Amino acid sequence: MKKFTKLTSAVVPLNIENIDTDQIIPARFLKATTRDGFGENLFRDWRYENDSQPKLDFVLNNPTYSGKILVAGKNFGCGSSREHAAWAIQDAGFDVVISSFFADIFKGNALNNGLLPVQVSERFLAQIFKAIEQDAKSPLEIDLENQTITILETGANESFEINAYKKSCLINGYDDIDFILAQKDLIVEFETP
Amino acid sequence: MLTQPTKSVTTPSPLGKDGMGRTLVEKIWDAHVVKSEEGFPDILYIDTHLIHEVTSPQAFDGLRKRGLPVFRPKQTVATADHNVPTLNQLQPIKEELSRYQVDMLTKNCAEFGVELYGLGHPFQGIVHVIGPELGITLPGHTIVCGDSHTSTHGAFGAIAFGIGTSQVEQVFATQCLLLSKPKTMKIEVNGELGKGVGAKDIILYIIAQISAAGGTGYFIEYAGSAIEALSMEARMTICNMSIEMGARGGLIAPDQTTFDYIKGREFAPAGAEWDKALAYWKTLYTDQNAKFDKVLTFDAADIAPMITYGTNPGMGMGILENIPATNAQPDKEQLSYQKALNYMGFDDDVSLIGKPVDYVFIGSCTNSRIEDLREVAAFVKGKHKADNVIVWIVPGSKQVEQQAINEGLDKIFENAGFQLREPGCSACLGMNEDKIPAGKYCVSTSNRNFEGRQGQNSRTLLASPLTAAAAAVTGVITDVREFLAES
Repeated sequence: MKKFTKLTSAVVPLNIENIDTDQIIPARFLKATTRDGFGENLFRDWRYENDSQPKLDFVLNNPTYSGKILVAGKNFGCGSSREHAAWAIQDAGFDVVISSFFADIFKGNALNNGLLPVQVSERFLAQIFKAIEQDAKSPLEIDLENQTITILETGANESFEINAYKKSCLINGYDDIDFILAQKDLIVEFETP
Repeated sequence: MLTQPTKSVTTPSPLGKDGMGRTLVEKIWDAHVVKSEEGFPDILYIDTHLIHEVTSPQAFDGLRKRGLPVFRPKQTVATADHNVPTLNQLQPIKEELSRYQVDMLTKNCAEFGVELYGLGHPFQGIVHVIGPELGITLPGHTIVCGDSHTSTHGAFGAIAFGIGTSQVEQVFATQCLLLSKPKTMKIEVNGELGKGVGAKDIILYIIAQISAAGGTGYFIEYAGSAIEALSMEARMTICNMSIEMGARGGLIAPDQTTFDYIKGREFAPAGAEWDKALAYWKTLYTDQNAKFDKVLTFDAADIAPMITYGTNPGMGMGILENIPATNAQPDKEQLSYQKALNYMGFDDDVSLIGKPVDYVFIGSCTNSRIEDLREVAAFVKGKHKADNVIVWIVPGSKQVEQQAINEGLDKIFENAGFQLREPGCSACLGMNEDKIPAGKYCVSTSNRNFEGRQGQNSRTLLASPLTAAAAAVTGVITDVREFLAES
């Protein structure tokens, strides 16, 4: 799994709430049998008119915004369990997603792929959107070790929560299967009536 | 053939460590913890792993890369449902990528020794319909699937939830998942439902009350007299949509209704095994002094036939109500709210009654069971669909389809101008050819009204099978109670 420690980057703002995984990656693109290439279909129906003409007012088509951090409104990733949503975001070049609230399954899927979901307060989320409004290139710093997020231009910062085990997985690039496989004897013992 | 794990069936359920009673979720969870260590998620044993063609190929691939087998293939069951056509299922699938994905499932199941109920098999169907009807879904079990509507199986008093593909690979490799224990919520619905109001209306009502995110982080136990009075099919409809309020899962304590449903099914325990299982299942309830993290109570009499007007399942209302005004929403939510209404082509503060519809879809893991089809058939018998509407009825499984034919429901549907198709997920998510065209309105018994869910730029109005059937007959959004009052 991809490692994550610290990131400083400009952000792509998507100030919409309840973004569901059908928007992140529409079902018709779930027919692939590998994990690669989902990025080109990220937010496909918000990005393209009739599946072909780029919608210029959509943020991913706006050259003003770039960076490895996606910032979105609350309840991001609700709906389907498709891990393809996390793969698509990552494949499109993002390493971090920020929201004031994440849907459970999406959050787990992101963590299992080294895509860091950072949950901030509503107040801090509003500060991030405001900073971008004033300067589209306003950078954020995400420090996983110290669990802090900072708007560098203003110095405003907040700490974020992450499960200690998942944090160490991200920092070291380990995944759950390595962890559970090491306990296989216990599983067999559990199964024995 | 499937084998049932025996460990959890024999685990007693004493009080919790602190002498407090335990909730049903805690009892089942505790009986499945392989290892619990401070600072780490629990290692939770999974009894049954259901898989389908869309979320499994990358997981099988992961096993190959690690050089691992499926650890417990006999506790794994596969079916093809998301991509499959609902016409001429025995012909090769026309759409190349869908065909490839379904073929890949067949190949992977053969290579890894997993039982597959694929196209043409009498047990094929939507994964959440076949588990229960085959007696694979049992009380007290842990059940997972790479599909968020796995919560359906909670209707039997099981811990059942959707997982991502990395977790599918975890379960393949170890029959376990690393998980933190969820918070618990009880939702009680008491009293009697009004005429024309069913399980779908209950769950759409609850989601409208607590929002599409109101259950996030929780496992929900549904209880109360209105829930206890429901059939297993209706309970499945309720638990199915737990995820639509963000809850990982929802469950209902097993009772005589549950036991009667399971007894005699294909893979259900029989003989002495049945007696042993039943004795255990009877211990599966929330203790009186157990504490939930949150409790909500609703009155069944407050629930009307429901319909959604927006682009998430929380945007629902009683069918006679007006669409809530944008300026009645919290300030920072108004932009998203307006975006949703624009997408749907609806204005603030208007009623949907009389609004013409183009399609009616009766199907999906929410409402495609025999009881749903019977209810629709009883309603449409002697009636005909309106000219402006195309009606698709997609049964949840080959067994449901066969039973509908045996009961003559197919003739009733044919006479009404409804198309009875072959089983699959179909227009719930439009991965096959069953798509709602751009701009068209579909009254759907499925579970999600997200933008483009049923086809690019399609517009979905979620409702019960009865409300959908009424729209099919009149061609417009209709309060089904008007018909019921006449009879």
